[in-house]
Amino acid sequence: MASLLIKNGRVIDPANGFDQVADVWIEDGVIKGVGVGITSAGTQTFDATGMIVAPGFIDMHVHLREPGFEHAETIESGARAAAAGGFTSICPMPNTAPVNDNATVTSYIIDKARQHAVVNVFPIGAITKGSAGEELASIGSMKNAGVVAISDDGRPVMNARVMRRAMEFARSFNLPVIDHCEDLHLSAGGDMHEGATSVRLGLRGIPGCSEDVMVARDILLAEVTGARFHVAHISARHSVEMVAFAKRRGLAVTAEVTPHHLTLADTDIEPYDSNFKMKPPLRSSLDVNSVVEGIVSGAIDAIATDHAPHAGSDKMQEFEKCPFGILGLETALAIALERLYHNGKIGLRKLIELFTVNPARILGIERGTLRQGAAGDVTIFSLERDWVYDVNKSFSKSRNSPFDLTAYRGGPVATVVAGKIVWSCL
Amino acid sequence: MTGLLGIENLTRVEIEAILDRARDFQPPEGEGFRRLDLLKGRTLVNLFFEASTRTRTSFELAAKRLGADAISIAAQSSSVSKGESLVDTLNTLAAMRPDAIIMRHSASGAPHFLQRHLAIPIINAGDGTHEHPTQALLDARTILDRGAKLEGLKVVIIGDIAHSRVARSNIYLLAKFGAQIVLCGPASLLPKELQELAPGITLTTNMTEAIQDAGVIMMLRVQLERQHEANFPAAEYFQFYGLRLDHLKHARPDVIVMHPGPINRGREISSEVADSQRSAILNQVENGISVRMAVLEKVLTQ
Repeated sequence: MASLLIKNGRVIDPANGFDQVADVWIEDGVIKGVGVGITSAGTQTFDATGMIVAPGFIDMHVHLREPGFEHAETIESGARAAAAGGFTSICPMPNTAPVNDNATVTSYIIDKARQHAVVNVFPIGAITKGSAGEELASIGSMKNAGVVAISDDGRPVMNARVMRRAMEFARSFNLPVIDHCEDLHLSAGGDMHEGATSVRLGLRGIPGCSEDVMVARDILLAEVTGARFHVAHISARHSVEMVAFAKRRGLAVTAEVTPHHLTLADTDIEPYDSNFKMKPPLRSSLDVNSVVEGIVSGAIDAIATDHAPHAGSDKMQEFEKCPFGILGLETALAIALERLYHNGKIGLRKLIELFTVNPARILGIERGTLRQGAAGDVTIFSLERDWVYDVNKSFSKSRNSPFDLTAYRGGPVATVVAGKIVWSCL
Repeated sequence: MTGLLGIENLTRVEIEAILDRARDFQPPEGEGFRRLDLLKGRTLVNLFFEASTRTRTSFELAAKRLGADAISIAAQSSSVSKGESLVDTLNTLAAMRPDAIIMRHSASGAPHFLQRHLAIPIINAGDGTHEHPTQALLDARTILDRGAKLEGLKVVIIGDIAHSRVARSNIYLLAKFGAQIVLCGPASLLPKELQELAPGITLTTNMTEAIQDAGVIMMLRVQLERQHEANFPAAEYFQFYGLRLDHLKHARPDVIVMHPGPINRGREISSEVADSQRSAILNQVENGISVRMAVLEKVLTQ
């Protein structure tokens, strides 16, 4: 197994309250120690002087498109994009073909990842069979096969009774239930956020309340069932308020936000450019401020990308015909730095929590810390490196990003998985 | 070369130039259109992905009266029905080097999306629920022909505003000229954000209030195909939002009643009103040709 000594970086491990210039020593794929002046003859060394050294980042919401849509992404290409974004662990959603609704598909994904992925892959299983919203999927056996959560992402469970039963069942397996909160009747036919911009462009709207009513429903069901409920890609301001309310009531309710919802509003949409089309849609600037403040206040626990690759031909269509979703892995950290750290909204420790210990805690996985004996996953990033995102150089197989040619200050420098440098821009 | 995608980004001066030029193309009273050769040797493709009789015919006649060759393609008979993507269809047509493509499509922004990828000018003949620029131009020409001034004119637009490209283009145009715009319809078809489209817009769900002292009443077609969305109780539509003769007493005596067509008699407008002296519906159709001649000339000779 790989050994590595990361020298002289500013090591921040929020789980242990550690923040000082130090060395991180990884041996046999696990953290051997963190301290000052560690020497280890014959070990590969990475000079992290002037850089931040953090536990490996976890993206708890990605789409790897395999099996079924390998023309848009594969487990291998998605994992490479993750590594280039500083992520050492990613959680693919089950909306593949076939849907990951049974242990066979789960095992297939895990085996594929073991062979081809440069980062750790923790699959998320479906809530219902085929994510059709009717019969519960094989939740227990998927858990045994390795899923870390259940979700019908993209095809939310509309039947409240089914959701209640899923939460009850998931609770007995200690699995969080992640819901893409969208009332499909309220959002039907919508292409972008309902507001002045949708009215101007003549595009049908997806109202903020289509998210809010489902967040409200699920919080109430979480209270009834005692389940751990996690709101995927929260985007609407009343939803943020309700998650804060649920936390105050002591419920096991958590939420993630995507980088794009932290930085873009509906008014930023390049008219009819499908690279700005995703679900939930880019909302009003009030909502953007609200999710940023939700991070600051602690209502929102994690940043997750909802990395959703689509082949060029699928995105090169009339806006209303294009599928929803954009790439996210490679730009997430830079956007988080820009929207949360450089402007003084939050400190580095908190920023790192959003990518590490918090998602690890939500999913119940043994990651997100540099504690001795933990997995040797490390994200090394710069606060100052100036760079420009060029989507044509993306490791993803797809090119659908609204952030192409955006200039950033700070971003990932090297990604270490089990003691091995799997990506570096140096 | 740029086509004509919408009214929103035109200046008042550009609009005035088109309207003035359109007047040159109007046939003298009692005479037919003259055939000109201003666009002799030029080729236009009329590409209609959505059913249309008046707009397509109007563009065709406008092209012919300027001496241009125009071919019309309906989507049902084109390769679109064989699964070809819109971009591929347009690229194929563009490779045959027409001078401009006139396009109607059910998707909002379809011509805007295509214009980013094609050098050939595109003239928008209606995109989804977004814009229908030549309709607004011919409506303005029709109002001016009746001797009204757009500045300060109270124009009421009644019907399914939310889904109307005619309403949007008219709102943009009228606002640029300082008209007073009142939008009226069932609340579900009248999103409050319409007020942010331009200055000088008020919204009301009360038709009598809307029509008070109006100089122009524009009726919109009820989108029968959207009834399944349950936006309003269909049985009550005419009762609350259909234009009848008794409404006209609230408007100015010289009020002009307009409708982009095709009209649904007894659904949004009564036959008595549609056929009355106040109706300018057929003038609108007639002006469609002269306005589109002005647009084609502008796009192809600028």
